[in-house]
Amino acid sequence: MSWVSKFLTSSIGRKLLMSLTGLFLVVFLVVHLIGNLQLMVADQGKAFNIYAEFMTTNPLIKTTSYGLYFFILLHAVQGIILWQKNRAARGTRYAVPNKVSSTFASRNMAWLGIIIFVFLVLHMGQFWFRMKMGDVPPVTYDGQTVKNLYAIVAEAFSQWWYVVIYVVSMIVIGFHLLHGFQSAFQTLGLNHRKYTPFIKGLGVIYSIIVPLAFAIIPLYFFFMIKS
Amino acid sequence: MKITLKVWRQKNIQSKGQFETYQVEANEHMSFLEMMDVLNESLIAEKKDPVSFEHDCREGICGTCNMVINGQPHGPMKGTTVCQLHMRSFKDGDTIVVEPWRAKAFPLVKDLVVDRSAFDRIIQAGGYVSVNTGQAQDANAIPIEKDTASDAFDAATCIGCGACVAACPNASAMLFTSAKVSHLAQLPQGKVESKKRVQAMVNQMDDEGFGMCSNVGACEAECPKEISIENIALMNREYFGSVVGSETSV
Repeated sequence: MSWVSKFLTSSIGRKLLMSLTGLFLVVFLVVHLIGNLQLMVADQGKAFNIYAEFMTTNPLIKTTSYGLYFFILLHAVQGIILWQKNRAARGTRYAVPNKVSSTFASRNMAWLGIIIFVFLVLHMGQFWFRMKMGDVPPVTYDGQTVKNLYAIVAEAFSQWWYVVIYVVSMIVIGFHLLHGFQSAFQTLGLNHRKYTPFIKGLGVIYSIIVPLAFAIIPLYFFFMIKS
Repeated sequence: MKITLKVWRQKNIQSKGQFETYQVEANEHMSFLEMMDVLNESLIAEKKDPVSFEHDCREGICGTCNMVINGQPHGPMKGTTVCQLHMRSFKDGDTIVVEPWRAKAFPLVKDLVVDRSAFDRIIQAGGYVSVNTGQAQDANAIPIEKDTASDAFDAATCIGCGACVAACPNASAMLFTSAKVSHLAQLPQGKVESKKRVQAMVNQMDDEGFGMCSNVGACEAECPKEISIENIALMNREYFGSVVGSETSV
């Protein structure tokens, strides 16, 4: 085995992959959120649709998006492998589970991750797949015809069950981030008496603000736009 | 005080284990192990097989005693081993569940006794400083800054009991291994071999079948010596530096 594959399959190497892909997704969520917030602009979706057109046609963004798909899959597959190996390392389970010495999120990262993955499949099917392959009605702004993704989003967010799934998924993502954010830094070896409290604090703020901002959008559509 | 004990009984690794329930009359000044002694005295008097458990110094420094008490390695008291846990931490009429350390890498020997020689093999892989023969030099000849010495000492207080593995949902031995790596890597005597050491010890830890750390932090919460997971971060840095940043390979 070459040193590279030995490194990447070692316990610390696997954690490194989780940490780096996780941090990439943390950054991605911010970019995604900034894009989504344009849905709230009161212009019948003009800003959002032009932005969506840019995101699906710009070659640099397209290249990055392939990286994103790869990193999501790597994070998910590696996570499942870790989960399996870690369960096997325990062997017989304890009769009395220990709930006092760790947080709910940290013990349930795999379950939270699985829920997020299921949501992602639904989410991609709803928007991404239709944008790429499906029948999105066109709309013309200043002579430029683009796909009206805004209409698709507005339609999805007018269904109560989709809004519920979306909001619940955001809560799940919030818990996943609550552990994941600071955990990624610890894995990288970035534990410092001066900076770690700051990283942990930032992680908590991030894990609340970002999912909350995502969740506000479907709620806004359901309650404000519909009526 | 009357205590109902549910103790894991298992003849050996091949046989199937189960919980047995016992009534014990204890008093609050007894240590948990003394209460177990009382139970065993009565089992012996009834010509039954006493409960096997490990103990040695009973002063909280040897790392031999190990039991998971109501889901917590070394019981509910923070920063102590089972032998330093006293019955005053419990109430009259309590039911206490006692289980062995659960980890594939710590195969069960009997009842509450597990084989922790995996830790010995991790230490053998690199948890030492090579010393040439000859006179030991004066301890103060090498200046070491106080904070560094204290951090190294804090890591060195690990008694190798295995509570970190028992507490970790992943049965990971990273707190133990990192304590040893960190103790030696911070001192001039240990720095010389630090690159080889971290790789050798991590490789051995992986080979033993311990799980992988997911930064849950249950290890440091349950550690009787309160070893910090800062040491795990330090070990990760050492490992990256050694594997990626140097030509050393083990």
